[in-house]
Amino acid sequence: MRSLRAGRLTYVVLALFTAGSLFPLVWTAIAASRSNTRLAQTPPPFWFGGNLGRNLQVAWTDAHMGTALLNTVIVAGTVAAGTVFFSTLAGFAFAKLRFRGSRPLLALVIGTMLIPPQLSVVPLYMLIAKLSWTDRLQAVILPTLVGAFGVFFMRQYLVHALPMELVEAARTDGASSLRVLWHVVFPAARPAMAVLGMLTFVMAWNDFFWPIVALTQNGSPTVQVALTGLGRGYIPDQSVIMAGALLGTLPLLLVFLVFGRQIVGGIMQGAVKG
Amino acid sequence: MWRSRRYRWDLRWSPYAFVAPFFLFFAAFGLFPLLYTGWAALHQVELTDPDSMTWVGLRNFTRLWDDEFFWNALRNTVTIGLLSTVPQLAIALGLAHLLNYRLRGSAFFRVAVLTPYATSVAAATLVFVLLFGRDYGMVNWALSAVGFGAVDWQNGTFASQLAVSTIVIWRWTGYNALIYLAAMQAVPGELYESAALDGASRFQQFLHVTVPSLRPTIFFTCVVSTIGATQLFGEPLLFNGGAGATGGSDHQFQTLGLYLYEQGWVNLHLGRASAIAWAMFLILLLIAGAARLLRGRKEDSR
Repeated sequence: MRSLRAGRLTYVVLALFTAGSLFPLVWTAIAASRSNTRLAQTPPPFWFGGNLGRNLQVAWTDAHMGTALLNTVIVAGTVAAGTVFFSTLAGFAFAKLRFRGSRPLLALVIGTMLIPPQLSVVPLYMLIAKLSWTDRLQAVILPTLVGAFGVFFMRQYLVHALPMELVEAARTDGASSLRVLWHVVFPAARPAMAVLGMLTFVMAWNDFFWPIVALTQNGSPTVQVALTGLGRGYIPDQSVIMAGALLGTLPLLLVFLVFGRQIVGGIMQGAVKG
Repeated sequence: MWRSRRYRWDLRWSPYAFVAPFFLFFAAFGLFPLLYTGWAALHQVELTDPDSMTWVGLRNFTRLWDDEFFWNALRNTVTIGLLSTVPQLAIALGLAHLLNYRLRGSAFFRVAVLTPYATSVAAATLVFVLLFGRDYGMVNWALSAVGFGAVDWQNGTFASQLAVSTIVIWRWTGYNALIYLAAMQAVPGELYESAALDGASRFQQFLHVTVPSLRPTIFFTCVVSTIGATQLFGEPLLFNGGAGATGGSDHQFQTLGLYLYEQGWVNLHLGRASAIAWAMFLILLLIAGAARLLRGRKEDSR
């Protein structure tokens, strides 16, 4: 019944929203293809120019974008893989296994979501300074390797998606917990694991507050940290800054282009159950 | 015999092994720092030598109380928070309503409005700095094209806070719209049917069926957005155009998160930064308490 057909006005308004969502991204590309001088003129450019290659190259060398991108891939990839793996383990235990204290422990997991990251940043910094991890990638990987959101997300999914009979049948066959995990849980959880992996990858890729505290532009920066280093010259070259922003955003846009529907589905699923 | 013992042992302890990684990591990188922040807030600690701590008692807190920049940052956090959260959630609700119609290309629209979510704070802010430029920015160009004067988006207090809020709104509206959309699709159709039988227009249906059904979801997004707003950091840092963590020439858009960073990593006072962190936490608790009270009262009155 709710499937009222949309009128023409709906399409017009949605088209405007879409334009508003995409315009800053498109304009990043336009600005990145122009020169700094052209950006300092009115009216601003509305179409692509011929400077994209040069600007990308300057951004690539000046901000060491190649290294930064590689670092970010390593960080976001490891964090996503770790989060998915550990969250599936814990989510399975909370969803399907009976053990003493499981309820209060789950409440504790959810409770940790309410702790603002600022509250831990000073001691965390002192900790990594003590371990001489400043400027090393493990400083940004390890603190975010598991998260309450992932555990909760996997639990909610497995409660419905994994039939208890399947676990019990495997048990009757004498399968150990590890075998159950490998042959029953992981296959059943695969769709949710994929969605959680993508969401975590996006979040880790875009993380800013902790990386900028723990990493510098001279050490091993992530893309977000490297971006803040662009344009520190006397006359910042805006077109180069935009080229850097483009380099840092493009990989995720590609992920969105390919997996956009799944990511949308994942967010909506998490919303209903959460 | 050995086998069955191992089996029982496995049944009993595996659950703990499965949840252990989360708690180990949380203890090391969550709980320990959380408690230690309180301890560090009672000391003078400098970033240059974090190992030597001098006990100063509550001095970091009393100092904060007399610190005009702290109150300034708190004020800015509240105004920017309101300026970004209220329109964002209102727009998201309307957008979700539109997306809930039977649409051609609905998947396209959903992905398109979510795209800003894939953009980092850094990349987004850098673009908006250009768009909001005083002399050559596109926003001022468009304003003057329709007959308004140019606005100094970086130096005007309200203007700069509005500009910073715009970045937040841009990045998060689509995300919230999808959350509302998911909740809307769970609203039973009969509610709309009976409302239609009673002669309710589409807008009245939205107001009297959709919004009340979504109340828990709206509350949830309000909480999440408020928590996000109190932690605002990257946008005000980078909106300053590389001029540091002051949040504008006159601190006009310095938020609490940014002030914490400035005290800790620019002025090198880790103890004071810890005190700000605890102050932020207390403010969050106050908000949470107020929200609970408000919610409790509403439920009583029903």
